[in-house]
Order: sequence, then structure tokens, then C-alpha cells
Amino acid sequence: MNNEMQVLFWILVFPGFVFTAVLGLLAAWIVRKVSALVQYRVGPPFLQPFWDVRKLLSKEVLIPQEANKWVFIGAPLVGLAGVLLLSTLLGVAAFWPQKTFVGDVIVAIYLMVLPSLALILGSSASASPHAAVGTAREMKLVMGYELPLVLAFIVVIIKSGGALGLAAIAETTPVASISGAVAFLVSLLCIHAKIGYVPFDMAEAETELGSGVLMEYSGGLLALWNLTSAMMLVALPMFLVVVYLGGFGTTPAGITIGLLKYVGVLVLIILIKNTNPRVRIDQAMRFFWIGCGLVLVTAIALATIGNIYDIGWL
Amino acid sequence: MGLSTKAVKKSPWVFHVNTGACNNCDIEIVDLLTPRFDVERFGIKLVGSPRHADALLVTGGVTAQAAPRLREVYRQTPKPCVVFAIGACACGKGIFTTGYHMVGPVDKIIREIDPDAIIAYVPGCPPKPEAIISGVVKALAAI
Repeated sequence: MNNEMQVLFWILVFPGFVFTAVLGLLAAWIVRKVSALVQYRVGPPFLQPFWDVRKLLSKEVLIPQEANKWVFIGAPLVGLAGVLLLSTLLGVAAFWPQKTFVGDVIVAIYLMVLPSLALILGSSASASPHAAVGTAREMKLVMGYELPLVLAFIVVIIKSGGALGLAAIAETTPVASISGAVAFLVSLLCIHAKIGYVPFDMAEAETELGSGVLMEYSGGLLALWNLTSAMMLVALPMFLVVVYLGGFGTTPAGITIGLLKYVGVLVLIILIKNTNPRVRIDQAMRFFWIGCGLVLVTAIALATIGNIYDIGWL
Repeated sequence: MGLSTKAVKKSPWVFHVNTGACNNCDIEIVDLLTPRFDVERFGIKLVGSPRHADALLVTGGVTAQAAPRLREVYRQTPKPCVVFAIGACACGKGIFTTGYHMVGPVDKIIREIDPDAIIAYVPGCPPKPEAIISGVVKALAAI
């Protein structure tokens, strides 16, 4: 009984819903504010993302006549559930390392795809031509970045000596070696594409597709998508911190350093977002498969050599 | 004032509809997003789909071609929403009053399908960005 209560607490309150939603909306504010400062603007007030979600919840929900109603409504719930479980899994691995299970990192990689898949499902159910173009781009983008993300992860597994648990991986810092640093940079770009920021925002593409995949969503359903993308801003950089940067630790000092690492990853994402124009989908595919793929094959070879001859920095 | 009303005032997302304007008012609307005026300070955001919008910024005197589109866009906007008639043409057809192709102005077209629509007028040819901001503030205060 006690155990079930604790799991419920994890999912609904601390590393799960309440914590991630609040931190995610704050992170969304930081993204908008820093983007504004980069452009010499003042930017939105502190609680702006909270007001946005609150307003959307009170608006009318319109469902297109030709849409597949239940898929259209269900997709944002599936996306939210995916990112919720992902953040709970990562939070438990970061703060209660003894409570994790073997192979949870594979579950995490699967859960990371879930919001994108839900987005594809929901937008293709909306029967809008703009959303259809956005869906096609999102599908290609998912196929593009999943390959380098998994390849980069192989480097981590080699570096940590074959560990398949988040807690065991969090005790190593792969980024302190050449192959690990390369894998970290490539994963950072994959995470960037997963969040859907410029230069990889061709699925939303405000200027050419309206809002692309989110075109037909309104009111409460749009609020769910907003919340999902805000929570992705917590879960995905946290994944990078746990896997590449040595995790959070359980002492107060360790948690503070862990939070600083998270903020550092967030700042990197914001800077990439603000200094790049949008690329075309074929350029993104070529970049992820050929560019990142070749770099990562080299990194895997380096990591293997380092593992065989026991050279830590390789 | 309920929390929902306050939330709408804190984050009005706008969608820009051109119903046959000469582009002058459109340029002034885009001015609002530049660093000089920066309406994101007030939570105002330009969105790409009427389904995300809380306010429609309508420019132009509504040509015969544009009228059915304007009605459709208004129907697609989730309620509650505010319609802003930006510029002399949108408020009262401006210099095109006697034009054969004009079926407007904006308020007439909107009232045909929703007699209770909230419509705000910002006159000027084109209105200054300051005038548009002032119009938005007054309309929000009236809600």
C-alpha cells in the first residue's frame, strides 16, 4: 500500500506532473525572455506561460467537421502521458537511484518518441492540408534524429562498461572524453529537433504553414500541447544531464550542481535557437543521417579503442 | 472579474486578416512586433491559425471576394474573441466608399453572422502603432 502511494506521489507530484509542469512553464518563460533579450526586446512578463495555459483552458474547443474525433482528442493526452512518464522515470533515477530497474534507459528512449508520435497522429486526424504537410515533415524529422540519438547512446553504453540502467549510467561522466563529448553534442542537436525549435521547426513553421501540425487545435487541447512541450523542456535536458553529464547526485551540493548543469543545457538550446535560420527538411535529414551518422561512427570506434586499451580520455 | 477574463486580458493572441487592404495597415501591425514597440511585453502574440487566436486584427474594407473568407475565419475563431477593425477602410470603407467591389465595412460583415460580436475600431490611414496599442488596451479594459 505504502509503495503504491509513493509511486502515485512520484507520478503526480514530485518528479512527475506538478514539479515538471511548473518547472517546464518557467523554462518556457526563460526561453521566451532570453530570445527577446537577444533581439533587444523587453520580452514577456514572468508568469506569461501560466497565463497562456490558463486562458487556453477557458476557451472554446473546436473540432473540425471532417476530423477523426477520438484520435484528435486522444492524441494530446497520449503525448502528455508519454512526457509525464519520461520525467518521472528520469526524476526517480536522479533522486532515488536505488529504486530503478535494469533497462529503464531503453524505456526512456521509447518514451521520448511518444510525444512526437502523438503529434503525428493528432495532426493527421485533423483533416487539414496545412497539418498534413506538417505531419509529413514531422515524420521525416523523427526518422532523421532517432538514428543519431541511438548511435550516440551506444557510445555512452561502451563508456560505462555495458551498463543499461539510468542510475548506473548517471555515475559515469562520458562527456569527459573525446567520443563522449562528440556524442553529447550530437544528442543536444537531436534533443533540439525533438523539442521542435529553430533550426528544426519545419513541422510547425509559423511563417509558411500557419502552425503546421498544431493548426486545427484550439482551447483546452492546445493547452495540453503547450504543457507537453513545456514539460519536454524539463525532461529532455534532464535526460542529457543524467546520461552524459554525470547526473544530479543525492547530496544538496550535488543537486545544486545538477541544476546548474540543467540550466547550462537549456542556455545552449536557447542560443542555438536564436542564432540559426530554419533549415529545409531534406537538409535536416542529410545533416542527421550523413553528417551526424559519420561523426558518431568515428566516435563509437574511438570509444571501443579506448575501452580495449583502457584509455579514459578517448 | 473572473480568472478566465483576467487570463484573456493577460495573453491575447492575435491573428491578422487582410480583407483587401492596401498593405499600409499591415505594415503598421508588423511594426508592433519590432523591438521598438514589442507587444510581447503585454503577452500579445501573433499566431498563424485563427483557431489559436483571441483577437482578429482585420485590415481592409472587405471586398466581395474577401467577405466569405472573413466570415469563415470568424467562425473558426474560438469564442470569446474580439474583432479589431484596423484603419479607415476596415472601420468605414475609407476612400473606397463608392467602390463597386466593396461589400464591407468589417462590422457589417461580422454582425451578419454574430450580432453580439465584440468589435473595436482603430481609425487612421494608416493608424499609428501607438494608436493600435491604445485601441487594444481600451478594448481589453471594456471586457
